[in-house]
Amino acid sequence: MARITLDHIRHAYGANPKSDKDYSLKEVDHEWNDGGAYALLGPSGCGKTTLLNIISGLLQPSHGRILFDGKDVTNLSTQSRNIAQVFQFPVIYDTMTVYDNLAFPLRNRGVAEADVDRRVRDILEMIDLAGWARRKAQGLTADQKQKISLGRGLVRNDVNAILFDEPLTVIDPHMKWVLRSQLKRLHKQFGFTMVYVTHDQTEALTFAEKVVVMYDGQIVQIGTPAELFERPSHTFVGYFIGSPGMNVIPARIEGSAVTVGDETLTLDYAPKTSGAAKTELGIRPEFIRLGREGMPVSVSKVEDIGRQKIVRAHFAGQPIAIVVSEDAEIPTDARVTFDPSAISIYADSWRVGREA
Amino acid sequence: MLELRNAAKMVGADYHIYPTDLVLERGTLNVLLGPTLSGKTSLMRLMAGLDRPTGGSVHFDGADVTGMPVQKRNIAMVYQQFINYPGLTVYENIASPMRISGKDAAAIDRDVRKAAELLKLTPYLDRTPLNLSGGQQQRTALARALVKNASLVLMDEPLANLDYKLREELRQELPKIFAQSGAIFVYATTEPSEALLLGGNTATLNAGRITQFGPTIDVYRRPVDLATAGIFADPPLNAIEVTKSGNVFTRPNGGTLPVPSHLAAVPDGPVTIAFHPHHLGLAPQTADAARLQARTLVSEITGSESFVHLDYDGVRWVMLAHGIHDIDPDVEIEAFLDTRHLMAFGTDGRAIAAAGHAVAAAGKV
Repeated sequence: MARITLDHIRHAYGANPKSDKDYSLKEVDHEWNDGGAYALLGPSGCGKTTLLNIISGLLQPSHGRILFDGKDVTNLSTQSRNIAQVFQFPVIYDTMTVYDNLAFPLRNRGVAEADVDRRVRDILEMIDLAGWARRKAQGLTADQKQKISLGRGLVRNDVNAILFDEPLTVIDPHMKWVLRSQLKRLHKQFGFTMVYVTHDQTEALTFAEKVVVMYDGQIVQIGTPAELFERPSHTFVGYFIGSPGMNVIPARIEGSAVTVGDETLTLDYAPKTSGAAKTELGIRPEFIRLGREGMPVSVSKVEDIGRQKIVRAHFAGQPIAIVVSEDAEIPTDARVTFDPSAISIYADSWRVGREA
Repeated sequence: MLELRNAAKMVGADYHIYPTDLVLERGTLNVLLGPTLSGKTSLMRLMAGLDRPTGGSVHFDGADVTGMPVQKRNIAMVYQQFINYPGLTVYENIASPMRISGKDAAAIDRDVRKAAELLKLTPYLDRTPLNLSGGQQQRTALARALVKNASLVLMDEPLANLDYKLREELRQELPKIFAQSGAIFVYATTEPSEALLLGGNTATLNAGRITQFGPTIDVYRRPVDLATAGIFADPPLNAIEVTKSGNVFTRPNGGTLPVPSHLAAVPDGPVTIAFHPHHLGLAPQTADAARLQARTLVSEITGSESFVHLDYDGVRWVMLAHGIHDIDPDVEIEAFLDTRHLMAFGTDGRAIAAAGHAVAAAGKV
């Protein structure tokens, strides 16, 4: 497995890009660890698939270099990069048996048949298709076929990296749980370098050690799931991670005082917002306590979603969401308190720390 | 009102849909929830008249429409794989059903723009579908179904190919649109969370049968059988077979769990008890939480919570714990079960008692 270096990479699909907005992928300059599990997360059109295709060699970046373990592979084809890929829709040989589909990448490389058999059996067990080994792939259901695609991506252990492009989209929810936790277990056992593109936050957060959040052609934050949840560095990350996303409320900042409408909160630090055009307070719905204490809110709607309730309310004239447990009572004269350690302050959409 | 009376669909000697009775009222949103191949699409095809039932009948507003072709009924359909006219602009794609029905241009323009605004398509009205992302194409198909003013709108996993933030927003918006239109909406999904967010009514499907139909939250809280409870669980439901004797549940190997008060009346003998993953935690939820030993398989972090996959006495469970707990595989841990939320099912799979919370909630009504 390999360390992946993205050396000042940029990409524009059109010829002669002039300004930043001509680039589908704005500058990316990062190094990803050998054996790391990375998820590229973002809405459609954010550039995540462009970045994945640059890593796999399906696409040549307009600028910059890509290195595997320090070796420049920018001009190498996908085949010569020695990677495994799993796509959103199953790519398998219908006329081959399930077993032969899985054995194909190994036999292709001249692996001894005894080793092929051992690997294939391990994978069959993992994807829960051991009973189907001798069946032809045609006639299997879409998710069985996708399990074969996944298995084929994992069957070789000598690849530089395994790239996944939304591999679980067509899988039923219950099977997603099984496959995802198996991928995670495999990663812990064998330390494959994995890059996983998804628009599903649960998949990204549970799978990856580092989640790369992309928005409008750029990486807005790379962090552990906890970092993205607790300290989103951009309001987009706050919005995109979490369901519902972070409440981002226009606020006036003066020293350590934060004012929203008629309500003023005091932080234990003075955020560095000087010169910012727009200042906002961010607080996740999970960190607002709803009860009889604190600042007044007017509750407009309570959505019972089983495990918890989402309370939609107005706070100082601004719409907010609050998450409470399934057993929680919602008082008629509801008031709220914000957990002070969970408040982030944003200046022109970027999270700011304390005034130096 | 759409009514299925004993409607069934056989293919060869197999039932794809077992004889089904179902009544859907106007102005309602009805979710068909079930895994792939459970019969959601087959059932929709019967409702639409795309397939003729092999038994029973289909009625709309009292009239028998069995066998009436789909073209003669005022129906809109949205599929998972988006379908648009590639040669027409987004505007014309949305306008097309109204052009066919001969609506005047001003009304068409108003409806197209309203639907486009709702589905965030306003900037793309002049483009053709092939110059749009997948999500934008699907929103175009949705917009067209909405403006058609159909009396029955069938949507087969319409959001499955969209990114989840957009889905989150559309799930917020769709129930409002449904409520306004007065049509009957039928919405198929494999995802329990989607059903819960949409609200309305839910019919759970299992192998060609509707196992339960009612207000979504009631079906979730008071499943009539183990299959329904399992279909309506994501993360998967945790279940275990035990023998009840007096105030203890006993496992074959002698392990025990206390019987909570709401299950005290369950007859002694073999039962399956089940609960959702968020009722199992690393810390006691109440003073009466049951303490048990389990072995970890893998843990997954979501940023604020952890899914800990466990082996409890040879049975696979998932725990959804508050906070971040990156626990190594194959470690013995202590887990706490909030027994107030246990459900009990008989050996035939029928519910004997719903979770305590559901009982309490029902008591208030």
